[in-house]
Amino acid sequence: MSHATTNKTTSPESRPQPEVDRRPLARQRRNRILLQVGCVLITLFMALPIYLIALSATSSRAALQEFPLSFIPNNFSLETMETFLQSTGILGGLINSIQVGIFTLLLSLIIGVPAGYAVARFAFPGRDPYQLFLLFTRALPIVVLSVPLAQLFLQTGLYDSILAVVLLHTALALPTTILITSSVFLGVPRDVEEAARIFGCSPVQAFLKVVMPMAIPGIAAASIFTFVMSWNEVLGASILTLNQRTLPAQVLSSLAESPLAYRFAGGFLLVVPALIFIFFMRRYLTNMWGSTIR
Amino acid sequence: MAAPDAPAAARPRPRPAAPRGRPPRKSSTSAAMLLIAPSIVFMTLLFGWPMVSGVLQAFGGPEGLTTANFSRMAQDPYFWSSVGNTLLLIVVMIPIQFVLALAMALLIRAKPRGSSVYFYIWAIPLAVSDLAAGLVWLTVFTDRGYLNSVLASVGMEPVSWLAYDNYASMFMAVLIAEVWRATSLVFVIVVAGLQSIPKDYEEAASVFGAGFWDRLFHVTLPLLRPSLQTALILRTILAFQTFAVALALTGQNFPLVVGETYRWYTGLQDANVASALALVVMAVSMVTAIGYLKLLRDQSEAPR
Repeated sequence: MSHATTNKTTSPESRPQPEVDRRPLARQRRNRILLQVGCVLITLFMALPIYLIALSATSSRAALQEFPLSFIPNNFSLETMETFLQSTGILGGLINSIQVGIFTLLLSLIIGVPAGYAVARFAFPGRDPYQLFLLFTRALPIVVLSVPLAQLFLQTGLYDSILAVVLLHTALALPTTILITSSVFLGVPRDVEEAARIFGCSPVQAFLKVVMPMAIPGIAAASIFTFVMSWNEVLGASILTLNQRTLPAQVLSSLAESPLAYRFAGGFLLVVPALIFIFFMRRYLTNMWGSTIR
Repeated sequence: MAAPDAPAAARPRPRPAAPRGRPPRKSSTSAAMLLIAPSIVFMTLLFGWPMVSGVLQAFGGPEGLTTANFSRMAQDPYFWSSVGNTLLLIVVMIPIQFVLALAMALLIRAKPRGSSVYFYIWAIPLAVSDLAAGLVWLTVFTDRGYLNSVLASVGMEPVSWLAYDNYASMFMAVLIAEVWRATSLVFVIVVAGLQSIPKDYEEAASVFGAGFWDRLFHVTLPLLRPSLQTALILRTILAFQTFAVALALTGQNFPLVVGETYRWYTGLQDANVASALALVVMAVSMVTAIGYLKLLRDQSEAPR
């Protein structure tokens, strides 16, 4: 671009205008087109499967039997979804999943927010080992915890309860919650808090009335993240429960003996929250991943 | 910001032997301890306790400590094929995901028209579980699914993509589903990393005549190293835990290690062997993470 402007300024008026070099412009236009082509291709790869599962889940059983399948939604029907929701354990699993998600979210906030605040604000001895410990627990595979926890819960009578799954999911989500909330609190200027103290707030008041309102959006993002984690977690939930299945655990355990229509409907129901969550979180995604996991 | 501890907190990976210069204040220390105590208690109960009992379980038997669980694990016909499948999947998948995620992040950074819509759609799989991803791609790869519908409509023979005797296509199906699901995570991390790199560096390189590839390999990628390192460790550890996608797509035909743990626990009801398998998964994940850290740190500390 700078090339073109220098050309223009150096050419005197008396002489005939030199031919404008259109190549950079053409190249720029070609690049814009290539850019869009690339974006559209990747979007097709990412969105087409979601469209197809939505299409399958909203087709009638008869339409799913047809071959070749139609790519156009020409026989919309809720039959498949209805049959799925009426299958044993699905509605209960859905309710369990929502309950587990909400309780996990609350518990990890109750334990995680104070810890995140401490990490952000205080230079206490042992902070570095503490953060290292958090990173280490994040790296632990779920499977390592699930099997022994099942035995421990069997002994303590917690096995096959919502609480068992909530405890496991909170343990999994807590490190992330602490790291995200600490980065959120780092973004709230310390001066604001100190000003509140000068005007007579107690530390707790300053935290609740001044810091929390500024931190709420980031903490909301962390909460959504926790809920998504809990909603998606299938292995631990399957191992820790027998009758009180969460939705994914129920779908997984009946996978082998279920018809295709059931699996498509289950897959669609599991994907729908992802569409919603990411829509609300899209602005926070890069902040969360950028600042917290390094 | 006046806080002297801010830079350290922004980078929670501490150097092990960094002495803290400032003497900690007494009151804030006890306050901090009070605030983190619940989390420490909780994590010890739910990580420490099960870890110890998991190790005991893996080596436990009717008559004291034994390695019988591990030999039963290794003698199972599915075990070695599950190890092979898991490793093959990771070795093929991770490079594809990183190249794809980097390309996606660079496309987004070029700010095409509609980039916020693209970002949203490309990030959706981030919140999709591997079970759901398997079911989503099942609509495509199943015998009377969408891929075969396309083939049939152009007059080609349908293929049983997920059949037991069709290992290559089964692997491809699992691979595509996993690339679809898990590339978003790398993508978001790389986008975040790119945002933290000032444009000046690339512009300077450009002024000095560096082409696109030169800028990518000599400016952008070296600056992205911390993000890529994080993504690599996280992604590999998570990749070891993949199992439901293969279960949803192929049933037992494409065993993966964590899927075997699930089978031993729920199907065969043998918690000891399941624990042994879980320990193997953990050991491999830890070794991989430490290996990456060593490898990447050594390179970054080499003279430039």
